[in-house]
Amino acid sequence: MANADNKPAGAGRRIDEATNTETVGHEWDGIEELNTPLPRWWLWSFYACIVFAIGYCIAYPAWPMVHSATEGMLGWTSRGQLEKDLEAQQQERAKIVADLAITPIEKLPGKPALMRAAVAGGAAAFKVNCVQCHGAGAAGSSGYPNLNDDDWLWGGDLATIEQTLIHGIRQPGDADTRVSLMPAFGKDGLLTPAQIQDVTSYVLSLSGKEKASPASQRGAAIFEANCAVCHGAQGTGDRQFGAPNLADAIWLYAGNREAVSQQIGNPRHGVMPAWGERLDPVTIKMLAAYVHSLGGGEDFATVATPAQSEDQSEAAATETAAE
Amino acid sequence: MNKPEPIKTEDQPLGLYAKREPVFNRRIDGKFRRLKWGIMVICLAIYWITPWIRWDRGPYAPDQAVLVDLAHRRFYMFSIEIWPQEFYFVAGLLIMAGIGLFLVTSAVGRAWCGYACPQTVWTDLFQHVDRFFDGDRNARFRLYKAPWGPSKIARRLAKWTVYLLISFATGGAWIFYFADAPTLHQEFWSGTAAPVAYGTVFVLTMTTFVLGGFMREQVCIYMCPWPRIQTAMLDEKSLLVTYKDWRGEPRGSLKKAEKNPGQFGDCIDCNQCVAVCPTGIDIREGPQIGCITCALCIDACDRVMAETGRPRGLIDYATLEDAEQEKAGQPPTRHLKLIWRPRTILYFTVWSGIGLAMLFLLGTRVHTDLTVAKDRNPPYILMSDGSVRNAYTLRLRNMEGRPRQMEIGIKGIPGAVMWSEDMGRDQASRSLTRTVPADETQGVRIYVVAPADSVEPEFTFTLQAEGDARESDEAEVRFDSPEG
Repeated sequence: MANADNKPAGAGRRIDEATNTETVGHEWDGIEELNTPLPRWWLWSFYACIVFAIGYCIAYPAWPMVHSATEGMLGWTSRGQLEKDLEAQQQERAKIVADLAITPIEKLPGKPALMRAAVAGGAAAFKVNCVQCHGAGAAGSSGYPNLNDDDWLWGGDLATIEQTLIHGIRQPGDADTRVSLMPAFGKDGLLTPAQIQDVTSYVLSLSGKEKASPASQRGAAIFEANCAVCHGAQGTGDRQFGAPNLADAIWLYAGNREAVSQQIGNPRHGVMPAWGERLDPVTIKMLAAYVHSLGGGEDFATVATPAQSEDQSEAAATETAAE
Repeated sequence: MNKPEPIKTEDQPLGLYAKREPVFNRRIDGKFRRLKWGIMVICLAIYWITPWIRWDRGPYAPDQAVLVDLAHRRFYMFSIEIWPQEFYFVAGLLIMAGIGLFLVTSAVGRAWCGYACPQTVWTDLFQHVDRFFDGDRNARFRLYKAPWGPSKIARRLAKWTVYLLISFATGGAWIFYFADAPTLHQEFWSGTAAPVAYGTVFVLTMTTFVLGGFMREQVCIYMCPWPRIQTAMLDEKSLLVTYKDWRGEPRGSLKKAEKNPGQFGDCIDCNQCVAVCPTGIDIREGPQIGCITCALCIDACDRVMAETGRPRGLIDYATLEDAEQEKAGQPPTRHLKLIWRPRTILYFTVWSGIGLAMLFLLGTRVHTDLTVAKDRNPPYILMSDGSVRNAYTLRLRNMEGRPRQMEIGIKGIPGAVMWSEDMGRDQASRSLTRTVPADETQGVRIYVVAPADSVEPEFTFTLQAEGDARESDEAEVRFDSPEG
């Protein structure tokens, strides 16, 4: 511990009166420094930290190089860690997935825990596959149905939703896909523009959007002749053909004159992919459960009761087996 | 004292780092030593026994009296159970501990350091182990100086083994506060406990071994912030272990004093106070950071004073104010009187105020809780009949150790009804009943629908647990609609 100046080490050291502490011997314009040495173990713990840091740099990725960082002897990567975590997660899910695979979707409501898991899984899968058209809150938009409400084109019970998911709507190449074809009454010259306006008046009057008028009365006759086949005499639609209910408050495109007359004259036909080709059956089941849970799902009681009785019979069967 | 003493530089080279001077404190008996024994036994007993105390909470909750259940986010302390959102009780307890330390410090000085601090308790325990294996002060000093040989190695190994056993018992007991003690004990020895249990025991064993066996007073002097804080807390009315220099100085051996009566003070410079000090300081240099006020030097000095026929208390608990008064020949203030002064009363008021407030909250808190999160996307849904629907996620908390039926209700918006995600709208009503499992939270998604003509922008969810009218909660929420 040589001093900066050439005086012998510690020359001029003395005991400071006020603190009873030794000084180091330096003096700068009357200012002296007390000698309060650090404990030596402190130094050793400092060295130990340096050794640890070196070891860490060798074991783990540490130094940034031109293209990537040094890899470290243990081969640890954050990507590898993620893969490991995902694998562990998948193993945890394995039992639920296996249960879902063997449970027909109609039986799901009878198994509340499995149903909850399915809804949660469906919510996640929905965010990946469905939000692009149906929106993050499944509220849809013009031409894309809102899945939260109680208005279903094809039906709102679990099995029907699953069917729609698997085969899609107007999906080319899928024999079981759901097809409904609204004729282009205007484009194909089936109705004159004036007739279309009359039918529009009638359709809008069904849900009270417009008041009954001579035009809507004229339209009523045209409706009965051309539209009631699919949409029903009261305009309440028919799920068998995917014909929308025209008498309720919900519109796929919009409930105004322009949109309705366009849909009569030159209709748009939305397409939903057949997800059976893209997703595994369990994910589809979970998606169906999720969509069903959004508040418009149908047939809770009728579905739940047979499933429960089956569970009871299963329990009874195991009891007999135990006996 | 007046002339600065020059130091012989050649035999004491100036170093940036100081080697630890080992402390070989002599055994001493006296009233403070016995007090220290008592407190040590109580502290260690509390530490080791607490996790094994059972407390019946029924079939749905653990039966351990004190349990920090990190896995399930529950904190149990006898009849009190705390959930994470009630963590302010723990915060309050910590604030009370802090103010309690201030209170103790202003009333009796560094009593915490001297008697109850774990570092002090375990250092004391390890010093007794030293004494058991290596003998008292001089023998230990001789052994320390002795060259390493078979006998010294054997003694050291035996001593360090006992250190390790104590450390293991210390570190091992810690984990029992975080899981069911008997189960974990069995798992631990059969090798099936969680890795974190073994890791914790290892780390705490090693810290106890190093801090209690080897670092000892270095922890107090260099590592602990508390002595620094205490230094700021002490005032002229704080009790300190004080060498009464006005009575002791000038020091002189018995022989010198006999030869020159009246020339010397009461201190016979026997160094007993230094010999018994567990932190190796000389109390005669005055108040200092290394003094943990364990009062063992008082015991030592009292004994010497008794042997030499002088009045006790040359080293004694005294305040700086006492020192002034005694120097002026007045009697010191009675210590019991010192405890009641504005500062201590203020601390005590704050401390007990927080304590009473917490007790009041604990006694009156409700074990039923409701929080509601409204769906923001979509904010509302138009139903086919023209009515408006909003969706909410309710969390029902049953903070009691038994399953309870809870009734969810709607207050406001006449005509509004609700149903949940596992029901159809045909079953909707103004109230729903759910059974919430014991000590659990249940999430329920609720759809509330109201006819378009009776929509109001706000309403209230109510939650009522069966049996007790006080066990209820409410949450006011928005109801969005096309017009609103």
